[in-house]
Amino acid sequence: MITITPKRIFDVPIQATCINADVFTGKTLEEIKKLPITEGKENLILDEAFNISEDTAVETPNITLIGDFSKVKRIGQGMKTGEIIINGNVGMHTGEKLAGGKIIVNGNSDGWTGSEMKKGIIEIHGDAGDYTASPFRGTCTGMKGGLITVDGNVGSNVGCYLQGGTIKIKGSAGRFLGHRMTDGTIYVEKDCASRAGPFMTGGKIIITGAVELLMPTFTIDSIKPKVKVDANLTVQGPFYVFLGDIAERGTGKIFALKATNPALVSYEKYL
Amino acid sequence: MTEILIKNGFVIDPLNKIDCQKMDIAIKDGRIVEKVNERDAKIIDASGLTVMAGGVDLHSHIAGSEVNLGRMLRPDDHVKDAVRKTTLTRSGTGYSIPSTYVTGYRYSKMGYTTVMNPSMAAMKAKHAHEELNDIPLIDKAAFTLLGDWWFALETIAKGDLEECARHIAWMIRATRSYAIKIVNPGGLESWGFGRNVHSLDDEVPNFALTPRDIVTGLAKVNTMLNMPHTIHLHTNNLGVPGNYKTTIETMQALESVYKGDNKPVGHITHIQFGSFAGDNWAHFKSGAAEIANYLNSHNHMTIDIGQVTFADTTTMTADGPFEFSLYELGGHNKWVNSDVETESSGGIIPFHFKKKNAVNAIQWSIGLELSLLIKDPWKVAMTTDHPNGGPFYHYPRVFAWLYSRKAREATLKKCNKKAQRKSLLPTIDREYTLYEIAIITRAGNAKTLGLKNKGHLGIGAEADVAIYNINPETTDIAQDYKPARKAFSNATYTIKDGEIVVKDKELVAIRPGRTMWLDVQTKEPLRIDEELKRKFKQYWTIEFDNYPVTDHYIKVPEKITIQASV
Repeated sequence: MITITPKRIFDVPIQATCINADVFTGKTLEEIKKLPITEGKENLILDEAFNISEDTAVETPNITLIGDFSKVKRIGQGMKTGEIIINGNVGMHTGEKLAGGKIIVNGNSDGWTGSEMKKGIIEIHGDAGDYTASPFRGTCTGMKGGLITVDGNVGSNVGCYLQGGTIKIKGSAGRFLGHRMTDGTIYVEKDCASRAGPFMTGGKIIITGAVELLMPTFTIDSIKPKVKVDANLTVQGPFYVFLGDIAERGTGKIFALKATNPALVSYEKYL
Repeated sequence: MTEILIKNGFVIDPLNKIDCQKMDIAIKDGRIVEKVNERDAKIIDASGLTVMAGGVDLHSHIAGSEVNLGRMLRPDDHVKDAVRKTTLTRSGTGYSIPSTYVTGYRYSKMGYTTVMNPSMAAMKAKHAHEELNDIPLIDKAAFTLLGDWWFALETIAKGDLEECARHIAWMIRATRSYAIKIVNPGGLESWGFGRNVHSLDDEVPNFALTPRDIVTGLAKVNTMLNMPHTIHLHTNNLGVPGNYKTTIETMQALESVYKGDNKPVGHITHIQFGSFAGDNWAHFKSGAAEIANYLNSHNHMTIDIGQVTFADTTTMTADGPFEFSLYELGGHNKWVNSDVETESSGGIIPFHFKKKNAVNAIQWSIGLELSLLIKDPWKVAMTTDHPNGGPFYHYPRVFAWLYSRKAREATLKKCNKKAQRKSLLPTIDREYTLYEIAIITRAGNAKTLGLKNKGHLGIGAEADVAIYNINPETTDIAQDYKPARKAFSNATYTIKDGEIVVKDKELVAIRPGRTMWLDVQTKEPLRIDEELKRKFKQYWTIEFDNYPVTDHYIKVPEKITIQASV
């Protein structure tokens, strides 16, 4: 196991694509210390910004990060195997394009966590920022598979262009949840801010808290007693099921819990 | 200026019929000369290397409004290919639409020294020239979109080709352009009304003429003006299954303009996109054999390929209606589409050509089939229609597919099974030689463009030279295709106007390239009268006086004066 702690408080963002179990595998501690990173416009090596130590007795997790990493970007980018634990907050693009393995954040994560991921697990035991599980600006291919769990709240534009996989949020979600999603599942246990699922054409959004404002391009389809989130989890309802986004001729589904959404009663007359 | 002597290289110079001869090339004052003083000259030891003239690309969208819109549309394209600055070069981005500086650097590293920007809407000419100024290391020129320009349509409809010629000559000068580009003749004008033309004989709305009239009319005008290049033609029905018939009809229509003197009268660009057979996308197949048959028995046309290279690229063309139909096929993708008032239209859609997609794989096959089935390489130019078929720095991949059967079989094996069954490639044994590669990348292109001092290494030619790490004596490129492909993607030396710009595969000097433009002198100049100005006021958003590109827009101009015969 490699343990990494910051040497100082960082002012400008650090790009640390090399903090990745795949990259560390087969390298000695000395080699790992010499891996390149950038701090702002400066080219550094890992050793110049971080204290790095190795504990050969422990195998998993492969990498443990301790301290404030909120200015450090792209940790675990494109990782295929292995496990990273971060005890502290972490910066943007953590686990971007993740293709396997596991990343656990015991703190908050910033924007674009799990962006465009294909496989693997990301567990965030704090809050997650805007654009979690969403592709970077301009990209039209989102998360394809895997699982993201967030114990806290998430920001806006979470799960944009979602094409597969599951996002479970124990807290509440910001605006534009599941923007342009085509498949996959987003489960929000608390409230969801306005305009969930704009332009969605497939997949499902499950909200067991209050829905702030439902887009007018969603129509009520039915009332279902329960809904399946994934193989291990089924949530008891009853739920209002909305179909949309009609503006895109979509067949995405928003499940809103009946008990927490008295304002949606008015839709029942259209059933 | 320094003198350079390139010693002992294997020189391939098809325009002077030199095929792999061990000889020296002397350079003085930016030109190829007979000899230089060996003691003063800088000696480049090219033993075991191949020496060719600098590459000439006759169709590559590197600047202009549509390219820049494409850049704005695709931040996702730049993020995967960021280029850092060095002490010599500036920073920039790739991937499918590289920024101006990166475009120059990458072309130069491939040994290319001249690139033609094939589509420039007249209204956006100033912008295009500003971008061309910023592309270093390569000479360039732009072709103005004139196939749907109102004055051209009006005068052709009236049957007054001499008046049309005067208008075109004025436009070529006003936009500082090099050739007449025609895109989907009649279709772009129709697109302003939400329509398109579907055959050569459909009527263009509001003008009593057909695409056939436009193509033949402008081809005649082109001859009257003694233009160095022929009309540069993007055919009707592009990207529609079964369109190979339209392409052949277009070539047949131009037979009437041909005088039988082996001088081509038309150039069909990215012909791969116009060589589709089959009735619909499900029965999509290659029409390459028919097109190649026609071209093998006729000498009045040249073509470039528009090869697909399987990349996540950005399609961009002035053919707005075509881009609209592509959007409808592709589903939920971001896109841009526009009508450029009285002149043209435009569209941009990101597009990922995939090996596992039957249509994409067949398109890949069509491009190679055409290159291999057309017997005379002087009629063929190698392009990817950058960035439509793939970015220009994928050219070496295309070379490998052409010079090595093994290389194309390796790729074909990874393609869609249906496409593999439909492909003609397994039946074709031909492999390009280095001599033929030199024809389709520089010599033939320079000849097609009418550039007398480019594309060859004869005495008096511009000293644009590319030296590649390929030893034709010891290596069999058809069997061992990878080293040569690597050599083509990064030239050992590139010399531009007698200055070494790439040395040992690294850029060592940056110099601006020239912008070539034609000053076509008609016997009687275009009469700029009140009527013309009134029309401008009525139909254009730009005032007549602000319309032409003025001299200060071009940093390093190269004016070529042409005497027209009208």
